[in-house]
Amino acid sequence: MNINLTLFAQAATFAIFIWFTAKFVWPHLARAIEARQKHIAEGLAAAERGKQDLEQAAVRTADMVQKAKQQAQEILAQAEGRATQIIEEAKVAAGEEGSRLLAGAKAEIDQEVSRARETLRTQVAELAVAGAEQILRREVDQKAHADLLAGVQSQL
Amino acid sequence: MEAQELNPTSYIGHHLKNQTISFGDSPFWTLHIDTLVTSAVLGVIAFGFLWLVVRGATAGVPGKRQAFVELAVGFVDDQVKGIFHGNRNFITPLALTVFVWVILMNAMDFLPVDVMAWIYEHVFHQHYWRQVPTADVNATFALALSVWVLMIFYSIKVKGFGGWIHELFCAPFGANPLLWPANFLFNMVEYISKPLSHSLRLFGNMYAGELIFLLLWVWAATGLVGTVFGAMLGVGWAIFHILIVALQAFIFMMLTVVYLSMAHESH
Repeated sequence: MNINLTLFAQAATFAIFIWFTAKFVWPHLARAIEARQKHIAEGLAAAERGKQDLEQAAVRTADMVQKAKQQAQEILAQAEGRATQIIEEAKVAAGEEGSRLLAGAKAEIDQEVSRARETLRTQVAELAVAGAEQILRREVDQKAHADLLAGVQSQL
Repeated sequence: MEAQELNPTSYIGHHLKNQTISFGDSPFWTLHIDTLVTSAVLGVIAFGFLWLVVRGATAGVPGKRQAFVELAVGFVDDQVKGIFHGNRNFITPLALTVFVWVILMNAMDFLPVDVMAWIYEHVFHQHYWRQVPTADVNATFALALSVWVLMIFYSIKVKGFGGWIHELFCAPFGANPLLWPANFLFNMVEYISKPLSHSLRLFGNMYAGELIFLLLWVWAATGLVGTVFGAMLGVGWAIFHILIVALQAFIFMMLTVVYLSMAHESH
């Protein structure tokens, strides 16, 4: 145990190593560790933000679904109303069409009837004339009879 | 070793003798080459490794080596953080230097002395070579006194020269002029005991550890029984010594931080 110059040489070595560590080792590592800590903190913050965003999105989605349901309900109700309306309108139109057709048919029938009556009248008149001709073959005042017959015809 | 008669005294004496270079007639002008070279080589390896690893340090996912270094540095930094409140940009590297260097110097004790002696003798042609720098009181005093100088430097830097002198005379008992001598005496005792206990604790532990190994190997040379028991006890002591090596390095680092943190505090 003898103190000698070794002490100072060793202290100098120590000083060099301290200087080296403080100058070259520590700053590198401290920087890397700090950067990583910052990185991790940012990542955590981002995750937190993402979580919040997700929650908000869920709330918004639920809202939207609710609204969509409501709209669908409204549209359904409108459609039902419209359908009823269309059916009613169709009913009315069908009724109108029916009565129109009926009226047309009636008019046609009337026409037919009057035409038939006309024909019948003419035929009856002709028949009467033919009969009269047969009966009154010999001497008949054609003209006076024609007048007579016309008068009868018009009375029919 | 070949030149002298081999007996326990010469064996232990050989292993405890430093390789020296003298620069003058006084015994003070002597360098313990073994202590200096071993510690310097260990330091270059350790801090070179640290530098190589941290030079490519990434802020992303660290590799295995970087994770190991970060673990060690983080351990030291956590200890410093617990004791020292302030800018750690110097204190943590200092504590890291002390811890890494001292633990490696202590760990030289694990190398089998006689195998290493053969290597020193025949590979490096050094007859005497003490391989545990911290078992040399010069090395531990060098570390402790460096810390002591830093302690006084920071005391003056933080409190100013006047504040430091004021503290020497007015703390811890009080500012009454009657108490000045007591305060000064107390502070002197503290300033002297700090580096002494700091360095001698480490030196004592490592020197004792080295000596116990040597005694066990002396026993191992006495015959078959001695070899068996010497080897068994040697294993036991080596395992226990792992604890001492790490613990003494840790204590040395903690005291360094504590002393420097005390220097930063005003009373």
